[in-house]
Amino acid sequence: MAEAATPLHALTAHELRDKLRNREVSATQIAESTFDRIRAVDDRVKAYMVVTQDAAMETARDVDSRLERGEPLPPLAAIPVGIKDLICTKGVRTTCSSKILEPFVSPYDATVMRRLHAQKAIITGKLNMDEFAMGSSTENSAYMETANPWNLAHAPGGSSGGSAAAVAADEAVLTLGSDTGGSIRQPASFCGVVGMKPTYGRVSRFGLVAFASSLDQIGPFSKDVRDCALALNAICGHDPLDSTSADMAVPDFTAGLVPDVEGLRVGIPAEYFVEGLDGEVEASVRAAISKLEQLGATLHEISMPHTEYSIATYYIIAPAEASSNLARYDGMRYGHRTDDPDDLMDMYRKTRGEGFGDEVKRRIMIGTYALSAGYFDAYYLKAMKVRTLIKQDFDRAFEEVDIIVTPTAPSAAFALGEKTDDPLQMYLSDVFTAPASMAGLPGLSMPCGFSSEGLPIGLQILGKPFDEETVLRAAYAYEQATDHHLRRRSPDGIAV
Amino acid sequence: MAYEVVIGLEIHAELSTVGKLFTWTANRFGGEPNSRIDPITLGMPGVLPVLNRTAVDYTMRAALAMDCDVQPFSKFDRKHYFYPDLPKGYQISQKDLPIALDGHVDFDVNGATRRCRLTRIHLEEDAGKSIHAEGRDDVSWVDYNRSCVPLIEIVGEPDLRSPEEAIAYWRAVKEILEFAGVSDCNMEEGSFRCDANISLMPEGSDQFGTRAELKNMNSFRYVHQALEFEIRRQTQILDAGGKVDQETRLFDVDAGTTRAMRNKEEASDYRYFPEPDLVPLDIDDAWIQAVRDSLPELPRARRQRLVSEMGVPEQTAAVLTGTRALTDFFEAAAEGCGDAVLAANWVQGDLLGYMRDAGREIEDSPVSAPELAELLTLLKDDTISGRIAKTVLEEMIATGKSAKTIVEEKGLVQVTDTSAIDEWVRQVIEDNPGPAEDYRGGTAKALGFLVGQVMKLSRGKANPQLVNQALRAALE
Repeated sequence: MAEAATPLHALTAHELRDKLRNREVSATQIAESTFDRIRAVDDRVKAYMVVTQDAAMETARDVDSRLERGEPLPPLAAIPVGIKDLICTKGVRTTCSSKILEPFVSPYDATVMRRLHAQKAIITGKLNMDEFAMGSSTENSAYMETANPWNLAHAPGGSSGGSAAAVAADEAVLTLGSDTGGSIRQPASFCGVVGMKPTYGRVSRFGLVAFASSLDQIGPFSKDVRDCALALNAICGHDPLDSTSADMAVPDFTAGLVPDVEGLRVGIPAEYFVEGLDGEVEASVRAAISKLEQLGATLHEISMPHTEYSIATYYIIAPAEASSNLARYDGMRYGHRTDDPDDLMDMYRKTRGEGFGDEVKRRIMIGTYALSAGYFDAYYLKAMKVRTLIKQDFDRAFEEVDIIVTPTAPSAAFALGEKTDDPLQMYLSDVFTAPASMAGLPGLSMPCGFSSEGLPIGLQILGKPFDEETVLRAAYAYEQATDHHLRRRSPDGIAV
Repeated sequence: MAYEVVIGLEIHAELSTVGKLFTWTANRFGGEPNSRIDPITLGMPGVLPVLNRTAVDYTMRAALAMDCDVQPFSKFDRKHYFYPDLPKGYQISQKDLPIALDGHVDFDVNGATRRCRLTRIHLEEDAGKSIHAEGRDDVSWVDYNRSCVPLIEIVGEPDLRSPEEAIAYWRAVKEILEFAGVSDCNMEEGSFRCDANISLMPEGSDQFGTRAELKNMNSFRYVHQALEFEIRRQTQILDAGGKVDQETRLFDVDAGTTRAMRNKEEASDYRYFPEPDLVPLDIDDAWIQAVRDSLPELPRARRQRLVSEMGVPEQTAAVLTGTRALTDFFEAAAEGCGDAVLAANWVQGDLLGYMRDAGREIEDSPVSAPELAELLTLLKDDTISGRIAKTVLEEMIATGKSAKTIVEEKGLVQVTDTSAIDEWVRQVIEDNPGPAEDYRGGTAKALGFLVGQVMKLSRGKANPQLVNQALRAALE
């Protein structure tokens, strides 16, 4: 009976799909419900940079007329999907939450956008983030701070904070984010939703504004594991426009969703349960691991000795690539350009000085330094070697286990402003997510409990390369056996 | 003191692929500024490069044509510097693992064959073009049409010992690239240009001196001038006991001199690192063999064959192998008429003479090789005379009609009917009693005048040899 009262925007994609198929609701109703929700709560959550209602309503009407004519509908038809603002959307501003791209409207659609349009998904708008995906709290947005819907005084995580918060606050049913060192998994953990970074190469990066090319990967946020699988079905697959996208078959990720982990070998790396891990987080994650064991999985203590070098390594490689990728923002062809420069050098200096925020500048400087003649070997080259060692840790571990389970982040969502003055503390939010990024592995975060403050705690499940199916199956079995995903909003947050 | 000159060239050639190096947009010269662009060419946010495999084929062709070792594993790197014509703030190039290593090019200077060793050949993207307004320093424009065009850099060893050798080597490379069909090497359009390193050392020494690098020259004449100037400049410095600075210099076309680049123009640290958006390039033996099989005969080999197998004089062969299109044209004409020497003379003489006057290349010839062969066949089987053939060729060029059509329409078939010739001979002797007497009196050259008169009377159609015979018979 409770379900009957649930408003459309609060349902999952698979629930909406069934209602749409049964003609219980129309696409237009679904869209209107979501946009009403955005109007009702987004002035407090501040997830959206841009809301694209007009185009969305047109898509909804198109879906309805197809329904009318009895035409078959793709799985994500009429599902409201929000997009992180560093995925290029034709005709809609793509700012990466940076001043330097404030006026930028992409002339083309990212491959994932073309895939979503082909699905007739309802694109709700563009979502706030840390500038150029550099940050772990979304406080590095040049435009606004996004709040954690569970407690508005807390950060939603980052860099895909807008994407995580929008799903948590029912301002979108699904969203896309991007993960470079944890930018999907960590905010998913903070906002109590499911977030997945697929294997590097699973999803085309064409149209994803590059932060660190060898690490960036697009992935979905959702309210449950089934929706995550549905979203992956829509966005994964080889793309000839991305040379690093894997030319291999993509399974139907929903087909493998059986609540069965009998005999599944679960690795517990000692290096992820160390000093600095919040006690409540550790307790929840350990409870989740016990739950998996109860469900039939076998537990294996494993060791990943190079884990402690992950953050140092990550913060050389990612800034190095970023310093290169962000060189194109020079005011010459698009985006912000300073007024009245003295000469060319002055134009570069002022345009970039005005356009980039502090954290972006910090990383450009770190990266430029790491790639400079005389320092390249000591920093970049060494970091690449350590990256190989980290990857080998995983290779060895996956000879013994099928998945690795860890906390997603060392703590639940910290308060807004708590870490903004201490970049190093902020960087440590990625300590459990960065290693898998450097190994290119698939990783999922899902809620596994709540802190005493009522903030969600995230469980990270890592899998072998291109074995998202096993990760999803374990996540699904755990979700079916628990009810964390059904808990909606704390009293301090945004009421349903 | 006497010095030995040491020169090494880095040659850049744009590849004539249909598309650009990392995108589908047409790779063609010119067009309205910024008409051959797309999000990838412009380095818009979010775009990714996808390697054009044909550009790799072409690089391999160039490499194999210059006896390089194609590498089984190569990769691309980013080379960073800020300049408005470089859209991404980096150029995608190849640093430590290029597509090809260790080759050589043979070339002829003053009758001797010399060899320049090659260090490497790598593939990279070209930049756009900055356009500075004359007389204004407050505004410049950038045309990105050339941006992302595939470019190979051919790095030669410092094996060249004079500006003449440098030019001869550069010409040889140009010929090879044209014959291999990988670049049109159009110097005016900037698709073929070079940097030169030059240093002096005391004659007999084997210790190279400090070199200067001369940047971005795109004509044989400029390279020659720039090198000559540098030799004078460095000689003066060394003679005065000074030291040559290792620096990059620009050739000033108007002054005919070189000048050091300002520091600002010279990027000091390119911060190379492996291009993460492209996967490394694996080239297996089968691919190399396929490219090797597709390689046409190269200019030196072809020139030798023209001389030794087809009997074409050496000088003519050198002209006819100037470009691949010209050699192809000649060979087609030679095969069509079955007489290589005849075809060589006509292609080199009349046809090229016309093309030169018209300022056109053989590719634009109004007469095709089979059409020329048809004309030469008519000449060979005595259907028309050599003189008529020349007028027929002019007519072909002017009207585009075939040789046969022109000969038929104008009734130019050579008259071999002796009774008609005898009649013309009779009339000419009658009309020119003086010269006829002179000939009979022993003035042999009078015969030439009489032959000319007969030819004139026949409007060029009479077979000159028969006329000659008939005149002698009639007069003796």
